[in-house]
Amino acid sequence: MRYQPVIGLEVHVQLKTDSKIFCGCSTRFGAEPNLNTCPVCLGLPGALPVLNRQVVEFAIMAGLATNCSITPTNIFARKNYFYPDLPKGYQISQFDLPICLAGHLDIAVGEQTKRIGITRIHMEEDAGKLVHGQGGGSGVDLNRAGTPLLEVVSEPDMRTADEAVAYLKKLYQIVTYLGICDGNMEEGSFRCDANVSVMPMGSDKFGTRAEIKNVNSFKFVKAAIEYEISRQIELIEDGGTVVQETRLFDPAKGITRSMRGKEEAHDYRYFPDPDLVPVVISDEWVDRVKNGLPELPETKYQRFLSQYGLPEYDAEVVTASRTLADYFEQCAQACGNAKSAANWVMGELTRSLNDNSVTIENSPVSPAQLAGLIGLIDKGTISGTIAKKVFEELWKNGGDAATIVEQQGLAQVSDSGAIEAAIDQIMAANMGQVEEYRGGKEKVFGFFVGQVMKAMKGKANPAVVNDLLKQKLAG
Amino acid sequence: MELYEHTIHTLHQQLKLRQVSSVELTKALLARIAATDPSVNAFITVTSEQALADAAAADARIARGDCAPLTGIPVALKDIFLTEGIRTTCASRMLENFIAPYDATAWARLKAQGAVLLGKLNQDEFAMGSSNENSAFGPVHNPWNRDHIPGGSSGGSAAAIAAQQAIATLGTDTGGSIRQPASHCGCVGLKPTYGRVSRYGVIAYASSLDQVGPLTRDVTDAALLLGAIAGHDPKDSTSVNCPVPDYTAALTLDLKGRTIGLPKEYFIEGLDPEVQQAMQQAIETYRRLGAEFVEVSLPHTSYAVATYYLIATAEASSNLARYEGVRFGHRAKDTAGLIDLMMRSRSEGFGAEVKRRIMLGTYALSSGYYDAYYLKAQKVRTLIQQDFTNAFEKVDLLLTPVAPTPAFRIGEKTADPLQMYLSDIFTIPVNLAGICGISVPAGISDAGLPIGLQLLGRPFGEETILQAAYSFEQATDWHTKKAAL
Repeated sequence: MRYQPVIGLEVHVQLKTDSKIFCGCSTRFGAEPNLNTCPVCLGLPGALPVLNRQVVEFAIMAGLATNCSITPTNIFARKNYFYPDLPKGYQISQFDLPICLAGHLDIAVGEQTKRIGITRIHMEEDAGKLVHGQGGGSGVDLNRAGTPLLEVVSEPDMRTADEAVAYLKKLYQIVTYLGICDGNMEEGSFRCDANVSVMPMGSDKFGTRAEIKNVNSFKFVKAAIEYEISRQIELIEDGGTVVQETRLFDPAKGITRSMRGKEEAHDYRYFPDPDLVPVVISDEWVDRVKNGLPELPETKYQRFLSQYGLPEYDAEVVTASRTLADYFEQCAQACGNAKSAANWVMGELTRSLNDNSVTIENSPVSPAQLAGLIGLIDKGTISGTIAKKVFEELWKNGGDAATIVEQQGLAQVSDSGAIEAAIDQIMAANMGQVEEYRGGKEKVFGFFVGQVMKAMKGKANPAVVNDLLKQKLAG
Repeated sequence: MELYEHTIHTLHQQLKLRQVSSVELTKALLARIAATDPSVNAFITVTSEQALADAAAADARIARGDCAPLTGIPVALKDIFLTEGIRTTCASRMLENFIAPYDATAWARLKAQGAVLLGKLNQDEFAMGSSNENSAFGPVHNPWNRDHIPGGSSGGSAAAIAAQQAIATLGTDTGGSIRQPASHCGCVGLKPTYGRVSRYGVIAYASSLDQVGPLTRDVTDAALLLGAIAGHDPKDSTSVNCPVPDYTAALTLDLKGRTIGLPKEYFIEGLDPEVQQAMQQAIETYRRLGAEFVEVSLPHTSYAVATYYLIATAEASSNLARYEGVRFGHRAKDTAGLIDLMMRSRSEGFGAEVKRRIMLGTYALSSGYYDAYYLKAQKVRTLIQQDFTNAFEKVDLLLTPVAPTPAFRIGEKTADPLQMYLSDIFTIPVNLAGICGISVPAGISDAGLPIGLQLLGRPFGEETILQAAYSFEQATDWHTKKAAL
């Protein structure tokens, strides 16, 4: 029998606010344990939550960018359960009235576009974390407790691990474009639970699903889902049944494992949090957020095609992230040569960033510096080969391209007198090859170009060299 | 007249004119506490040293010509208010050694005026109870008759006033916990409108019902103290941002044209005859003062107690989840793993009534029961609110008894929690509706126990009920009667 996998994702997006969702504590990652805490996020007796307005604003942005409707009256609910990293014994979340409902994202599947439904997006607070094995016991670090999260729940619309990854990347691109998430997956700013089930091909009744918790890279999501699909199929083929359970992905072994002991059906006893008042979101508020939304990836892509005449491939690459797109656009506008700017951004710049593990935000070469370099090529002051050297210089020591070219005497020589002199010398020294050329062996032409460029230390204008060589060799 | 018998407003004049010092006053009260508390048990913690230091600071402040209404006035707080650096137990073994790391907003506001804290007052554990018998620190004895309960849960706050151990106190009222003990102890107790006073730093019992309020010797002090603690607090989302009037300015004697409603559901058979009689006399007094009476109906009254015990316990079951022995509070010894640690810490730390309510509330919120209990209770709550809204369209305020009987004997109702719960029948609807209410002394039973009168007002109608309470107080002498200790 052949099987049809069914996949739905729940993504936790950590919001890039300065302070936590219900108190004024910093959300900074990596502080000393329990440093970024106060009576509210420690869950001390008598402490009360006060909602961070920025969180609501970010949630509205996410909802609008994913085609959701925005719920006018928002209620926070308490999700009750005991765990040492949950200081109040309940998590403040949203239950039956989440802020965003019924949206979708379109992903590319081969040549086709597929629409993935988004069931809901709700606001909630993160828990702290347990630190095991220090001083013989376990510790609780509550720095993360109260960090604002959006939980984005998709419909079970995906059928392959690749579709799941495509959806996830699209969502990632959107929240980072919006500037509401720093996108740091290693630090857990964007993490995913995958619900996976399989059913016989052609069936319309979903199989029992397993939930794979907290996967935090695109690679792992793909591996975890693929493993889980084959595990479930093998299980069924062997006459077993899939049980509804929570599983963990082990990246080292590439397998998922049952989280035993946490499987009893939870009764979270949700009820509206009496400490918080309903959040009413007016149409005006939504409109204001809508008008302030940054350009989203799809729109930017289309605009780059039309405004800059970029090929589709280039437009897609440079719009992969908002920072890359911004870099490209600043560079293109400064130098006036969009295609060339795209080539440099996709080529030398990306290569140098990757080789040195530097993010584009921290690139030592600014868009203006790169534009200056491209300008010199376009004016014929330097050749492409020299330009790469100048780029390296800019990367290492900064400065501006024109000054580097001038100080290091790298300007291209177009003066025919100097080039003619070099050609004469080389022809005189290589009469044999001159004869060969004149005898019809045109391949030797390349040899002469190389020799001339070498004699001119690479600075000769290649076009001028070509023209003069042809004339002279013709005799 | 002894210094400890005075009111805030009379002492303020004396302090301002430097006829008395705060240190003298504080010493007098500390001595009174030492003399009387062994038989009353109103205090869990007495902060003598800190009180004297604060009194000296208050005297210095007064000497600089800065004397706010509460500067130098010795007060005490129900042990549910967090007080920085001072043990805050909520009358529970769970928090027996919990030193609060910050101040509750209500206390911070008094502190800013230079009030002097004498100590922390006994109460029912986590404010759950009507008799102050549910305290891990022993019951409070009614100063009027020590075989009787003082009422609860703010039993210590009321008894300390009656025993003249503090000039004024703060309590909290979730289903009558200020008004009922005030009634039983012969003092004035005000439950403000929900949202009038910040709940920040007040240990939560039932968040949608809890409200902070004053217990005082007279109505003027209640108005003064309310003015000092009321107002928006950015740390409490449910505190309402509306201006705080000068409540003392409302204390006039003119009741002409006022219409007072008598809810027929509150004057029922089974009401203690002496309570009934005190209400009749109060009505006569108000008639003489020019008020008119009409009968009104609050038809959903009979559902209030059941509604309260679903909503309050549901919220409590969640509010008390944070006490699990991991970060603070009681931690069981020699536990085998996490679950054992949490379960045993809670089993050992909480008293019987607290456990009973946690279980009730957990049940009410459980999947499969939520709609039938919690959700239904919320709907009834709306109907009860509507009852009051309708009544206030016809009348300016309502007059009712506070409790069906004067204070009962210690141990009389502990065996029957339902009987105990029913003693709050006249106070509970007020919390469900979120409106304001005040208890003022209105009689003394043949057995020598005080009887209180309850006045209820519209949301943020504190001025109306304070004025009516003041008029009554000025026309009678019940507030001048004192417990013989």
